[in-house]
Amino acid sequence: MAAKEDLQLLGLAVSPFAIRVRIALNLKGVSYENLEQNLMDKSELLLKSNPVHKKVPVLIHGGKPICESLVILQYVDEVWTAAPSILPAEPYNRAVARFWAGFVDDKLFPSMVGILKATTEEERAAKVSETLAAMGKLEEAFAERASGKPFFGGDSIGYVDLALGSTLIWLEAVRRMFGVAFIDAGETPLLAAWAERFREAEAANGELPDADIAVEFGRTLQARWAAASAAAN
Amino acid sequence: MAVGGDELKLLGMFSSPFALRVKLALSFKGLSFQYVEEDLRNKSELLVVSNPVHRKVPVLIHNGLPVCESMVIVQYLDEAFPGAGAPFLPSDPYDRAVARFWASYIDEKLFSAWVALFAAKTEEEKAEGTKQTLAAAETLEGALRECSKGNPFFGGDAVGYVDVALGGFAAWVHAFDEVHGLRQFDAARTPLLAAWLARFGELDSAKAVMPDVGRLVERGKMMQAQAAAAASTAATAAAKTS
Repeated sequence: MAAKEDLQLLGLAVSPFAIRVRIALNLKGVSYENLEQNLMDKSELLLKSNPVHKKVPVLIHGGKPICESLVILQYVDEVWTAAPSILPAEPYNRAVARFWAGFVDDKLFPSMVGILKATTEEERAAKVSETLAAMGKLEEAFAERASGKPFFGGDSIGYVDLALGSTLIWLEAVRRMFGVAFIDAGETPLLAAWAERFREAEAANGELPDADIAVEFGRTLQARWAAASAAAN
Repeated sequence: MAVGGDELKLLGMFSSPFALRVKLALSFKGLSFQYVEEDLRNKSELLVVSNPVHRKVPVLIHNGLPVCESMVIVQYLDEAFPGAGAPFLPSDPYDRAVARFWASYIDEKLFSAWVALFAAKTEEEKAEGTKQTLAAAETLEGALRECSKGNPFFGGDAVGYVDVALGGFAAWVHAFDEVHGLRQFDAARTPLLAAWLARFGELDSAKAVMPDVGRLVERGKMMQAQAAAAASTAATAAAKTS
């Protein structure tokens, strides 16, 4: 059993960026103190640990903060080197993994948030198309890269699985709110099967709250955006 | 000196700061490569096939295999060519995390501030873009102080990951300053960055690949004119419909 680490995670149960870090730590069998944050009333510790962005997640290891979820995932992989590895061993495969994790964060997730933020039906439809297109590319990527293995990372959950898997509750939340399925046995069969496996994986299944919690959070965000926009006009 | 049997091809565009990052990385590592200048209004078959997802430059093609996204390419070069000079990323995991954090910041905050400035159609938007740009510069000044620990570069006494990330923008900092009448890395407000900019630009490996600032200024002015034209077209159209 690994020695207890001086490790805290500043996160949010419903944040995909925090979820992926928790799953990664579970994969590595590392114990940590989970400190749920209130983003409406940010703690001294959060502001001190992430002065630049004031966002979660922040991993604090031996008193030193690491920010940005993908940076944290790579840190975890490099510090706790026992199997399973989060990133593949071979440089080209690592580059491909980094590319697709970046795609999830730079394309898929913002498009999906755009659905929530949209103020007109037109805008919403455009963002839905964008999100569906991004899922289509990820389906193709899985077909090309997984070579019959259960996860993007191969036999076990890896970097891309963590990036995409952590957004599943939000994809489901948006489906419940707007009626569009982004992972669908008909349109994205490989991802549909992959999502099942991800949700059931030991390292993941305790970290994925019910999508209704995300729905509630989503509605709160929408109200906040609407209020801010009304105040600005 | 390229390792025997390694074929490196870079698809880029002269004014792309992201392609410049890769040119800089290759130059600092002493790796030879074939450069292909892309016309982004008429993308080559090779670009479309190599980067089907984004169809953007830079793309590094190593022995036929494409690697996309500038900082992914820079890390790839570290990992695939361990013999080609010191790696850009430090060896300590915490220091690596700090370097990755700042490279990400440069893309997320500094570059997006520039995009806002480029796209600015009104005086208000320009002021906002300028404010964001200067704020990002101030934050990076702090980062440089923290990372360099008194040495010339973010990477310490040699160019590292963040230096390459910011170095891609170095020529544009000069061009932007000229086009928009700014002094982004001002010697008074951001002395470390001002010194870094001068020092980085003097490195032989940087000089070998930096684009001509004059050409960038021309391009910047053209983009500004296009934005102004688009704004006045939009304003005219709006006036007609109201």
